[in-house]
This record gives sequence, C-alpha cells and structure tokens, in this order.
Amino acid sequence: MNYLQTKGRIFDIQKYSIHDGAGIRTIVFLKGCVLRCKWCCNPESQVYDIQTMMVQGKPVITGRDVTVEEVMENVMKDEAYYRRSGGGLTLSGGESLCQPAFARDLLRAAKAEWITTAMESMGCAEYETIASILPYLDQYLMDIKHMNPEKHRRFTGKSNEGMLENARKIAASGLTELSIRVPVIPTFNDTVEEIREIALFADRLPGVKRIHLLPYHRLGQDKYEGLGRTYEMSDILPPTQAHMELLKREVEQQTDLECQLGG
Amino acid sequence: MNKFYRTEIPKTDRITRLVEHLYAKMPEIESARAKLITESYRETEGEPVIIRRAKAFAHILKHIPIIIREEELIVGSTTLAPRGCQTYPEFSYEWLEKEFDTVETRSADPFYISEQTKKDLREVHPYWKGKTTSERATAYMAPETRTAMEHNIFTPGNYFYNGIGHITVQYDKVLAIGYRGIQREAAEELQKCQVGDADYARRSRFLEAVILSCEAVILYARRYGELAKRMAHQGSDDVRRAELLQIAENCQRVPEYGAENFYEACQSFWFVQQLLQLESSGHSISPGRFDQYMYPFYQRDMEKGTLTRERAQELIDCIWVKLNDLNKCRDAVSAEGFAGYSLFQNLIVGGQDIEGRDATNDLSFMCISASEHVFLPQPSLSVRVWNGSPQALLIRAAELTRTGIGLPAYYNDEVVIPSLLNRGLTLEDARDYDIIGCVEPQKGGKTDGWHDAAFFNMCRPLELVFSNGIDKGEQISIRTGEVEEMQTYEEFYEAYQRQMEYNISLLVNADNAIDVAHGELCPLPFESSMVADCIKRGKSLQEGGAVYNFTGPQGFGIANMADALYAVKKLVFEEHKITMKQLKQALQKNYGYGFDESGAKELAGEVIREMTAQGIAMSDGNIEQLIRAVLQKELPEEEKREYQKIHEMILELPKYGNDMDEVDMIARQAAYSYTRPMETFRNPRGGIYQAGLYPVSANVPLGAQTGATPDGRLAYTPIADGVSPSAGKDVHGPTAAANSVAKLDHGIASNGTLFNMKFHPSALSGEKGLQNFVSLVRSYFDQKGSHMQFNVVDRKTLQDAQIHPENYKHLVVRVAGYSALFTTLSRSLQDDIIKRTEQGF
Repeated sequence: MNYLQTKGRIFDIQKYSIHDGAGIRTIVFLKGCVLRCKWCCNPESQVYDIQTMMVQGKPVITGRDVTVEEVMENVMKDEAYYRRSGGGLTLSGGESLCQPAFARDLLRAAKAEWITTAMESMGCAEYETIASILPYLDQYLMDIKHMNPEKHRRFTGKSNEGMLENARKIAASGLTELSIRVPVIPTFNDTVEEIREIALFADRLPGVKRIHLLPYHRLGQDKYEGLGRTYEMSDILPPTQAHMELLKREVEQQTDLECQLGG
Repeated sequence: MNKFYRTEIPKTDRITRLVEHLYAKMPEIESARAKLITESYRETEGEPVIIRRAKAFAHILKHIPIIIREEELIVGSTTLAPRGCQTYPEFSYEWLEKEFDTVETRSADPFYISEQTKKDLREVHPYWKGKTTSERATAYMAPETRTAMEHNIFTPGNYFYNGIGHITVQYDKVLAIGYRGIQREAAEELQKCQVGDADYARRSRFLEAVILSCEAVILYARRYGELAKRMAHQGSDDVRRAELLQIAENCQRVPEYGAENFYEACQSFWFVQQLLQLESSGHSISPGRFDQYMYPFYQRDMEKGTLTRERAQELIDCIWVKLNDLNKCRDAVSAEGFAGYSLFQNLIVGGQDIEGRDATNDLSFMCISASEHVFLPQPSLSVRVWNGSPQALLIRAAELTRTGIGLPAYYNDEVVIPSLLNRGLTLEDARDYDIIGCVEPQKGGKTDGWHDAAFFNMCRPLELVFSNGIDKGEQISIRTGEVEEMQTYEEFYEAYQRQMEYNISLLVNADNAIDVAHGELCPLPFESSMVADCIKRGKSLQEGGAVYNFTGPQGFGIANMADALYAVKKLVFEEHKITMKQLKQALQKNYGYGFDESGAKELAGEVIREMTAQGIAMSDGNIEQLIRAVLQKELPEEEKREYQKIHEMILELPKYGNDMDEVDMIARQAAYSYTRPMETFRNPRGGIYQAGLYPVSANVPLGAQTGATPDGRLAYTPIADGVSPSAGKDVHGPTAAANSVAKLDHGIASNGTLFNMKFHPSALSGEKGLQNFVSLVRSYFDQKGSHMQFNVVDRKTLQDAQIHPENYKHLVVRVAGYSALFTTLSRSLQDDIIKRTEQGF
C-alpha cells in the first residue's frame, strides 16, 4: 500500500509552534497513550477511542481518522515558514508509538517534502518499533519522568525500565538527535535529588547534549471536567521560578548538559 | 568583525526630560497662524495665487511666535504649547467653529482651546467664507457624487478638509545645497524665461514664489539663531549657554547653506520637516530614508573624529522627540478615523540602494534605538525587508516590536519594487522607495502621490446590491436588479461588481474635483521647491509639477466581502439552505439582534430625514421618543429565532484568514473588484489612480454607518481592518492568517496594503522567539505579502488601561498604519483592538 494512504487517529494539529524543537513547527497530536500520568495536560490524548469532550459548555468530538496524505496537505501549507526557520513537523500525543505505522509514515512523508522532523515521546514501545521510525526522525524529544520504577508506576501507571532501556538504545544508534525532557511535578519528582538522578542518567547517554525541565502547569484542568473525570492534582501548585532555577543550577553543576527551562 | 556598530547606547536623561515636558499637559490649539495668513491674504487680494501663498508663508514665518524648549538641542516649534497645533482656515474652518465647545472633551484626540483663541478665530474665519478648497471642491463635484458622499459610500475627508501632505521631499538636496542653492536654481530658471513664452505668466510667478519661500525659511531660522543667542546671554548655566550658542551658530548657517556636519544636518532636517507642516495642514509628511541621506554626514564626522556615537544617538533621539511636538486638530469624525494625534511621519530604514545592494548602515540601527529610547508614536518607523536584509537588523527590529510599541512596520522590497515598476517608475527610482503615512510607497522627492485620497467602504456597494441601488429611501446608485430574482452566484457577483464600478467612478469624480481645487487655491511653493521637477517645469506640485503623479484611494472591508460573498454563494446558490429573500430580511432586521443605541440613532436618523423631507418638523422630544421606540421595538420571537438561525449558519461557515482556498480565492476576487477598476482612471495632474487596501482606523467610524452584512457582521459594528481577517475569525494561528492574506494580489494594490497582527509578548520571548518572529515575517514576504505590523500586548493590559487610563498614558498600540497612544483612542476603537485575535500562545 502507498504509505501516504496509511490511516491514523489524531486529535489536534497546532500551527506556529515555536517553543518545541527547531524553528516554526506544526505539531500533530496522535491519539492514544500507554501511560496515565496524573498531571497529563492533554487527558483527551490518553484514550484511543473517539470521545466527546465538553468545551466551554459545548460538546466537541475529539479524535478523527485521517490519512498521512490528508495530514501532510495541512502540514505543508506552512512550508514557507519551515524553509525560512528550519522548522517542520513534530509528532506529539499521546504516545505516537501507539500508532507506529502511522507515525513512521507521517515522518517519512515529511522527509520526502524536505522538512525537518521531531517527535515528543516517552519511548514506550518495543525497540524494533522505534528502530523502524528512527531513519525518518531528526530530533527525538524524549520524556524521562523518574528514575525509580516503583514511583514511576504509581504516578503514571507503568514502570520505567523498558523506556530507560530504549533511551540507551536510541542514543547508541546515533540515528537521531536525542534530547531529554523532564516534566517537573511537585510531590512526584521535583526534589533536587530526583532531578539530579535523571540528569546524571541523561548525561551518560552518548550524544545527548540537552535537557529540558518543563515546569508543571494546570492548563489542562478544565479538560478533565469536560471528559467527566476528576483532576487528582488540583491541590498541587506549579513550582516557583526560583525552584526551577535551583534545579537548573544543580543539573549544570552535576553534568555537562545544556539545561533549558521550558520547551 | 561586525559590519555594523550595533552596541546599544543608553538613553540620556535629557531625552527622558524632553519627553516628560512634551506630555505634561493636553495639547492646545493656537491662533497665530490663522491670524497671520488672514492678514496677509487681505493685503494681497488680486495677486496671482502662487505669489499670495508665498507671501502668506513669509508673513507667517516672520511673525509667528517662536520658542526654544528647555534642554532642546534641535530647535523649531510650530506652537508655544508643547504638542500644540495651528489652524489652516484656507482649507476649511467651519467644522472647527462648530466644534469649539466640544473639541476639549471629545473622546478621540481632544485639544484645549482658550476663549481668546476662539475669539481670534471667530474674527478671521468670516474672511474665508467662499474661499476654501473644500467649498471650491464641492462646487466642482457632480451632484450624484455629493449624494454618494452624503450616504457615506466613501469619504474623501482627508483632502476635502485639509492640505495634501503625503510626501517625502528632497531632504538630501537641502542638506547638500541649502535654500540658497535652491533659490539659485529657481533664479536660473527664471532667467531662462522669455516674456514672450506662452507659459511665462505662470512659470515666472511660480519661480518667484519659490524664491520668496526659501528666503522666508532662511529668515525664520535666523530668528531662532537670535533667540538662542539671547537666551545664552540671559542664562546662568554654563553648559546650557554653550549649547545655546552652538544652536545659534547652527541656525545662522542652516538651512540657508548645505550642512557641514551631522549636528547641522539634524537641525537642517528639522526645519524642513517642521516648516512643511506649517505651510499646509497636510499630514503624512514623511522623512523617508533618513538613514540613507543622513549617513554621509555621520560617516564624515566619525572619520574625522568630531562626532561620537553617543552624541549622534542623542541628536537622533532629539529629532524623534521633536517629531512628536508637531500636531494637528482634525474634525471630530476624522479624528476617529485617524485617532491618536498621529501625523504619520513615516521614516524608513534598511532596504536596497538604487543599484540593488543592501543599504543597511549604523544609522539604521540607531533609528531603531531612538524609537526604543523615546517610546512615542512618532516617527512611524518602518523597516524595508528583502532577501539580502541582514538578520541582525531584523532581529533588532523584532526587539523593538517586542516592547509593544507597535513599531516598526515591515515592508517587502520584493513586492513593492515590481509594483512601482508597473506604475512607470524607473528601476533606480523604484529601488529607492520609501513609505508615506501608513503604508503607501513612493519615490521620495519625485512624487506627488495623493496617497490616502479617500476611504472606500467595500461593504456599502453590497448593501446597494440588496437594495437595488436605494439607500435610506433614495435611489443613490445604479439599479442592478431585484436581488431576490437573481438566479446564479455569477449574476449576483456581477451586480456587486457593477455597484463597485459605479461608485468608484464617483469617488474619482470627488477626488479630481478636490485636486483641481487645491491646484487653483492652495498651490504650495515651499513644498514644490523640494520635489523634482517642479522648478524645471515651472509648475507647483498641485498643478502637476512632480515627475510621478498618482491618486491613491484606499478600499477596506476585504475580509467582510470575502466572507459575505462566500456565504451567499454557499448558502443561497449552492446548498439552497436559505433564500435570498430570507437573507435580505435577516440583514434588514440585523439578524434578529435588535439595535443598540447608536444603531437606533442611525435608524431614527433615517426616519427623521424622511419626515423632514416631507416637511414634517421634528422637535428634540420627538426625536428622543423615536430613538426609544426603535430601541425597544421587539420582533416576534419566532421571526427573531429564524434570523438568528441564519446568523448561526453563516457563522459556522469557513472564514477568510484560515488558509482555506475556497474562501481566500473569493477574497482575492473581491480585492480585484476594487483594485482593477481603479487603475483605469486618471487625475488632473496627469497621473493615474492606484488602489490601496487599508483603512487607517476608519473601519470603526465607517462601520458604524454600515448595516448588517452577509458575513454575519452585525449592523454598525466595525468593519475588518486592512487586509486582515475579521476580528476573531482567524482561528488557526498566525501562519494560517498570513497565508490567507498572502493570497491577495498585493502587487496591484500599489498604494499599499495593511496586515495587522496582534501578538502576545510570549510569542517573541527569548532568542528563539525573535528568530522565529523574523522567520514569520520573511516567510509571509516570500509569499508576496507586502506589509506587516504587530501589536504586542496582552488583553489584560489593554483592559486595565481602559479602567485606569491614568496609569497608561504612554501605552502605545498599533492602530492601523501607525502607532497611537491607547488611552487617547475612542472607546469603540479600544474595544476593537482588544477584540483582535491574540496570536501565539
């Protein structure tokens, strides 16, 4: 089958994304995730099924089935901006690896149009699946949330061992530029020790030069309500700027990584 | 090694104090000029008009009170009060007298006026009865044109009530040879005149007028020299004394002779800029390529070691302050349309030189810094962008954008230059373009562009399609058939095109009438002395003396028309969801949403006009009753729901501004319906018409006179701004909006197009934000967009400024083609700015 006809399920396409990856980018959000992070700001991304979510009192269908070709037609409307800025397509989710063929073919189609590609992912899949994607991926923005398998399981629903192993393999492959991103979540991983541990792990990965610390925010709270769910984190306050600076300094003292706050 | 010196030079305390002084109180109207010009005119009855103009100019410059403000380094003030204004009764005066008692309290651009000033003006105004350009112009207009104007199909208010302005003169020439040099040129031409020549009368008098005007300016500068000397001797501060003596020395030399150093060049520039605006009330007198013509003086002094970069920056900053010292009082309606006390003195940096190489220099950067230091609306700073523009310049410009001052505006050489070539400019002249006023390109020093010649509301002809040419009960336009009987979209569109063409021809009639009136009554010898080829041709600008002559009236409402035509095409003709009759009724009933107070007034006004026409007198009490009746008149619930359902259907349709070809291509066609007919007309100065697509801020007041439109726009609400999408309708972010706008043909709209974007500051944060912002501009330009400008403020800031204006006296927003102080804008315009979609995150 022609790879442009591969079908997948997305829930949003966001243009002029300028704070994730290189240049001006378009983010395609794939639906479905393996994890159930309590702080997730896109709760509508978690379930693969098409859902109805209440947005400002109105029901909105979230999730639609599309072909690679249809997505690319939309993505390429901003070709002029990618060309000037070195931007391109970013896959996000959900976990894009839940729809591996669709993710791969989207990235392949983007490369065929000569635009750059990036993917935000936890690396939560069989390595073979990831390996099939890497040839088409310029930048892998990989989430590492915690080094402790048990705590990871408690807050996200899954242990982290497979993902950490994948991180090592991706780094070793040398096929893509790997960066590590850490959502900094109070009560989960915001201590200096926990962040330091992740940073030290990232520092040992060959070729990894950059780590991003993303402060927890509550912008997704209303969506839980819209989906008829309860937001368990409503008492948690975002980390202060001072605390984020402290973590940044710690990372920079302990590792050779370039540390950036935010995307 | 860097190509440019870009190190930031801090602002000096002097600049802070100059700005504070300037904004200490409300601007004031002064009467000196009106008194002096009337005195002079009374003495010169019967003389050739051009001589009368020159003598009046000389009389004003000889006697108008002069002042050097505290700490100024560049001197020359048109009024004693900071930011004050003189009046110009030779163009119009009746509106001012009518508004004497409201001008101080009106919401847009209030001016203080003393009782003495009112008295002075009342004394001189009767002289001008029957002698103004607006009266003469009216006399030249066809009756149907006057009717169309009364019905607000278009308004040529700018030049109807005021001088023309809208020009860049040969600053470089004055800096090089001074007014003595220009006088010499005129004298040489005069020598060549033979008394037996057919055009001897006009030519010789024009050249004499030039000589008189130049002399007047030289003497005016000397008055300043003497004042400075006097003040130096009176003062006790040694530092200031030295400064004043230097000022005295400058004013004794320039602008009489060519400038010998950068400081003199700055002073000379200023006299040109100030006095052009004392000769006539025209605005948009634009300094143009300041970084180019000032650079040789900067470079020479820097090489000689007689100038420091710090000193140069301070002098430029001083000029920037002075540009805000000039002011103009407009009638209440125009004040809404040009809100923000703006004189639109556009000053542009960067771009190509006449040989097509990049022209960026140190001064380009210093001009941007000056706007950051002074942080005021003037000059309207612009940046020319082309493929070869240094990234460093554009990043520096983006830093200024990020401050939220609404400056600079960005222009695309790659569209403007070919569009000017298409209008007959030589390649060198096209490459040397600058921007006038809001967005209008011209070759400075060679052009009388008559940019901004009228506002044409593109929504009104569509209303006329629905009414078969009838407005407020009167047949004011051609009959294009009953709209309910139209069978195809093509038939409907053709009716729109015909209504457009007919009304455009009336607009041309109005503009040409005004053009002739200015030529006959208000030729400007001083301005003409600095535009090629007036002296050679022996003709003032107003009589066609310039090398390039244009008339550029601007249309606006593209977004509304695109969405409206699309809605008709889709709902009536393709999907048959509603009938034309239903749509027509829904429009008449404002989609069932009733009318607010201003709408009710508008409707009541119609009834009153009709009743008065029938000879029925209306008392104030009757009128109030009528307005209340209209306000309270409720439609039957069922009918209301039906109209609202139609409204919802329309709102759900795709809209222009979201990068969807099916609507965007209609926008392109709608733009052509204005730009293409326009280029077929000619003006009395021997030039052609060229269309612009921008509204300044007239989209708000003229929207208030426009009923509901088929795009779902409710009656009397603002019309879309420039070529930008309708407020709040672009929901797919800045790139989609820019892609839609780029689908218009900007090249044919050679009088300029205007695309406004509003950004939240976070979208420009960090180096990455700046880089991506510049990429956005460049990418829009790659797709042949012509102009882009940005508002960078958050909604909360603006809302707070509405509640606490006192805390936001300096808050600058980008209104349309220019920046203005937010708190001076009318409430409705403020609301409109807040409503525009915030792009980014």
